[in-house]
Amino acid sequence: MSATPTVLLRVFRYRPGDDAPHYDEFRVPAGPRTTVLDALLAVRRGLDPGLTLRHSCLHGSCGTCGMRVNGREVLACVTRLEGLGDPVVVEPLAGLPVVGDLVVDMEEVFQRLEPAGRPLVRTSERSWTERSGPATQGPVLERLERFEDCLECGLCLSACPVAGDPRYLGPAALAAAERVLEEPRGADPSKVLGWVDDAHGAWRCHAAFECSAVCPAGVDPAGAIMRLRRRLLRDRLPRLIGRYSREVPA
Amino acid sequence: MIRTERDRGRTRRRLSRWLDPRGRHLGTWAFVANRLTGLGLVAYLYLHLVILSTLLRGPAAWDSLVELFRNPVFMAFDVLLVAGLAFHGFNGLPVALVGSGLLVDRHKALLVAAGILLALVSLVAAVRIFFG
Repeated sequence: MSATPTVLLRVFRYRPGDDAPHYDEFRVPAGPRTTVLDALLAVRRGLDPGLTLRHSCLHGSCGTCGMRVNGREVLACVTRLEGLGDPVVVEPLAGLPVVGDLVVDMEEVFQRLEPAGRPLVRTSERSWTERSGPATQGPVLERLERFEDCLECGLCLSACPVAGDPRYLGPAALAAAERVLEEPRGADPSKVLGWVDDAHGAWRCHAAFECSAVCPAGVDPAGAIMRLRRRLLRDRLPRLIGRYSREVPA
Repeated sequence: MIRTERDRGRTRRRLSRWLDPRGRHLGTWAFVANRLTGLGLVAYLYLHLVILSTLLRGPAAWDSLVELFRNPVFMAFDVLLVAGLAFHGFNGLPVALVGSGLLVDRHKALLVAAGILLALVSLVAAVRIFFG
């Protein structure tokens, strides 16, 4: 009988209070359908119960298990170990504070998304909310209202070469803003346009397109940012030309 | 503003991302190369002004400097300078077009075209500088 194939995981480890992060190595069984998350959970079950990681749905729809595997941002639950080589290096998302091991503080991601008015609630849904009464309203329901398609996993922020700057709104928030402009559903487009028309808004993007490359939901944030810019230019140019023609005598 | 340990950690992470090529795509390489060539060209501008100031010391000083620049090492630097200038210019066009929301779906093709132009210009510059 042939031995079960194994893969060596090199896992980033850090706890608040540690002098510096380090990497621990774990050899885990790796079948053809074993995912990175399966392997990490196997480590936690059998080798190191202290390994900190976050996950929920196990099928790529909640976005909580975002991390870097061999330097590339992925959802660990839908990323198979097969073909990743040996060892496989597992690290937390970049550009966000590490809470512990593979878990980052996502507060900044959600804060950046908030002003976009990202909950795009259809009239029928709003009616349902209103009909449902106070028991279903409040913080719980707010958490359930999500920007379409975007998993809020933070992979785009980690992959973006400039999103390490907390002043930058970032790909997810700008994509959400573009979606609001495309289909306002009662939102005020001028307010959203004013918010993104900033040196740290749509104009901060350097068009590296890494966000679109890693997005597990196909949101294409970079394309959305460029569409935002086109719209901003379309709005700005006539104003600039008008001001020029008023200020410069013929 | 007080910089916290969290801010310092973030700065380290931002810089380390620049030095970490794993998993990155053509767009990031173009972005990093554009920044590096931009910084290089600014540095060269000041170096150029310093070199030109040799003229203040008379023709003999200038001639001896020109003689030094005929050394193959300096000629290789000239080729590098032209390549940096060409990349920054050719890559700037896609950055301006795509950054204005034009030809967004063609951004990879534009980068490849910039790369081809860069190779051609660098080759011509190398031939002209070393054999011209």
